Amino acid sequence: MSEHSTYTPGNAVEKWLDDRLPIIRFSKEHLMDFPTPKNLNYWWTFGAILVMCLGIQIVTGIILAMHYTPNIAMAFDSVEHIRRDVNGGRIIQAVHAVGASMFFVALYIHMFRGLYYGSYKAPREIIWILGVLIFILTVATAFMGYILPWGQMSFWGATVISNIFSAIPVVGENIKQLVLGGFAVGNPTLNRFFSLHYLLPFVIAAIVGLHIWALHVPGNNNPIGVEVKESRDTVAFHPYYTMKDLFAMVVFMIPFAWFVFFAPDILGHPDNYIMANSQVTPAHIVPEWYLLPFYTILRAIDFNVLFIDSKLGGVIAMGGALVMLLVVPWLDTSKVRSGTFRPMFKWFYWLFAINFVALTYLGAQPAEGIYTVLAKVCTAYYFIYFLVVLPVLSRIETPKPLPTSISESVLGKAHA
Amino acid sequence: MATQAEHSSTNRRDFLFVATGAVGAVGAAAVVWPLINQLNPDASTLALASIEFDVAAIPEGQSVTITWRGLPVFVRHRTAAEIEEARAVPLSELKDPQTDAERTKEGHEQWLVMIANCTHLGCIPVGESGDFDGWFCPCHGSHYDSAGRIRRGPAPTNLVVPPYEFVSDTLIQIG
Amino acid sequence: MFKTKFIIAAVTAMVGLSTVSAQAAEAGATIERQSWSFAGIFGTYDEHQLQRGFQVFREVCASCHGANLLAFRNLSEPGGPGFSEEQVKALAAEYEVVDETAEGGRRPGIPADRWPAPFANDQEARDANGGSLPPDFSVLAKARGVVDPFPTWVFNYFTGYQEGGADYIHALLNGYHEEVPETAPEGFELAEGKYYNDYFPGHAIGMAPPLAEGSVTYVPGEDGVEVPLTVEQYSRDVSAFMMWMAEPHLVSRKQTGFVVLLFLVLFAGLMYATKRKLWAGIEH
Repeated sequence: MSEHSTYTPGNAVEKWLDDRLPIIRFSKEHLMDFPTPKNLNYWWTFGAILVMCLGIQIVTGIILAMHYTPNIAMAFDSVEHIRRDVNGGRIIQAVHAVGASMFFVALYIHMFRGLYYGSYKAPREIIWILGVLIFILTVATAFMGYILPWGQMSFWGATVISNIFSAIPVVGENIKQLVLGGFAVGNPTLNRFFSLHYLLPFVIAAIVGLHIWALHVPGNNNPIGVEVKESRDTVAFHPYYTMKDLFAMVVFMIPFAWFVFFAPDILGHPDNYIMANSQVTPAHIVPEWYLLPFYTILRAIDFNVLFIDSKLGGVIAMGGALVMLLVVPWLDTSKVRSGTFRPMFKWFYWLFAINFVALTYLGAQPAEGIYTVLAKVCTAYYFIYFLVVLPVLSRIETPKPLPTSISESVLGKAHA
Repeated sequence: MATQAEHSSTNRRDFLFVATGAVGAVGAAAVVWPLINQLNPDASTLALASIEFDVAAIPEGQSVTITWRGLPVFVRHRTAAEIEEARAVPLSELKDPQTDAERTKEGHEQWLVMIANCTHLGCIPVGESGDFDGWFCPCHGSHYDSAGRIRRGPAPTNLVVPPYEFVSDTLIQIG
Repeated sequence: MFKTKFIIAAVTAMVGLSTVSAQAAEAGATIERQSWSFAGIFGTYDEHQLQRGFQVFREVCASCHGANLLAFRNLSEPGGPGFSEEQVKALAAEYEVVDETAEGGRRPGIPADRWPAPFANDQEARDANGGSLPPDFSVLAKARGVVDPFPTWVFNYFTGYQEGGADYIHALLNGYHEEVPETAPEGFELAEGKYYNDYFPGHAIGMAPPLAEGSVTYVPGEDGVEVPLTVEQYSRDVSAFMMWMAEPHLVSRKQTGFVVLLFLVLFAGLMYATKRKLWAGIEH
């Protein structure tokens, strides 16, 4: 869409730069003049919010890395040193810890937006796939970051999850030892997870760049899922969406700040204030809340299937739950994008959302009694939604009539 | 020509934008400052910015090296002869002219407190050696006298006397 | 509209969640919430309470429990017990700290030093305590908590409930019984060398009841307020002190937070008005 470049260098210096590295031209085209559908609702602000979250994590993370020691004898105390002695350390550490949770809040909302409005459908499949990749990398980053304080949950969470590798037949134990750098979680693990935790966010940032590049080819989806037809369907990104996004970011900062300043530990677990002890297992090993849905799926498979034992079955289910997201564009083949015009789809979608919340809740419960039954039911629905509901609905659903264009639908709203 | 109504709506609108921008700038500054201030020495470092040391344990003619702010510090209990010698040196002979009195505390002239880094390139000079009855730096051959003043060699200035006070007759507080 | 369906579904879920058996404290008895001066948006520490709590810690607890993240100087820093620098200097000098550069490997403490450990290592601590390891107190008030049932835990997010550790410690110190009570789980047998406690997970704690009426004679504070010399008072004061040890910057954090939130709400209002003004001419 480079025909939209209306930039003329204002002075000789600008022209000199534009001839060598057209960075101003590029910024103007993609961050200011970019034609954006004018009917985007606030669910569309979460992309910008996520960029802000990534920036916050990187900045606070780099600062924390200036004061942190990645050695099992000193890690726990170094984090306390940051909280107690480093100027502003209590707040910087709290922003990073709470920031991880806020990052996932925004991620899940952003992904659920995509699922509702069909943002994964052609021609935006690559944007979606890159997004799933970003999600998986963020999960990996968060998992590795959680080990660094070297508390009981850090250690035991890492132990449980690294045992996943040993479920792989034949080479599983070797892979696990390769990842851990030893026979169990220890100093080599801590050091390499620190290194990778520092690295991955920059890989994520690069993929975010690709994600936005891929977006700027077809342009944004919108709430009615009808593509932009004429220029009056759109407005320039700046100042309309720059200011709307900034407003949304400020509102997002309010619950963020509430947690940072008034309840910094409420999203965490008290056991992580106990230094890691390989000889004592906590009563309940619980991952951070944002990993709970997938933890539930992992634990739900407690039965053997043919030659696949339950441990491997759980690993396959959990991995499948993540990897399946990549192929959603080919599972949902409905020609109608937006859930707004898909009455049957809406019911199943909201059930999926509630199911996801239930999966989150169940991950924190002990694997006993009614919880195990519910976990199986909810895991089943997770897979049924993607593998059965979406394909079937694509065939049998009668959508509501679509407006002919964005402008028409907006006019319709104004008169309604 | 803009009408009255257009003027006032433009003014109101601009004022809003200016106000929002100003508040935003204040917020941004309030966020940026702690990110820079975290680089400053933290509380545990600042706690050791000032130390106390009891000089009574040092017999006459002996030196002790202690640590202050990460630096080695000589504390020497000088003999009367060393003090006399230091006082007798004419200022014209000194590369970095300082009287002995300027380098000690009144009433406590027997105590010499100096940062133990040669002012040339930072090596720690050896005590009771050199040609001036003081210190000798083996790295590049600087000689210091019994008041720690540079007498011969490449060092440009006298051994640095840190800020210190006698808080009691035998207790000094450095820093 | 999907909004109605969503609300119906959400309510169904909430009813469902609350009927599922609550994850009450497995320790059995419900831990009572106390009212703490440091709770809530405007929470602050009571200096006198912290000083009393420090006295309890020092006279009763410190013989077995360490506080290796506490530095003597913290006791005179703002937002804490508010001892003077001279008091802290004198206090530090009463203790010997390990220092390999010192003669004999030990020397009197200075304010910059950390609280010295009561035992040379974990094994010696166990040997002196019937095999149990007395946990370090530095962050213990944050390493313990209360598990609330639904919907209380949801409300906690909005009230900023962070005092679970202090509530637990206070409950534990008051939860001892002379003999195994009727409320004990069925078939419970108290092991040799253990003591029954309502709130300790498993009900058998290795620590004998550490507090008794009158066991600590409080140094009168400047405010002249007299407090009862009871287990209840001691447990409250030492819990508050332990909370301060775990979160020494609580007061400044909450004060800054209030200003930050006020700013954000104000700024959000301005940004919203700006957004509306910008979009006024656009049909959307």
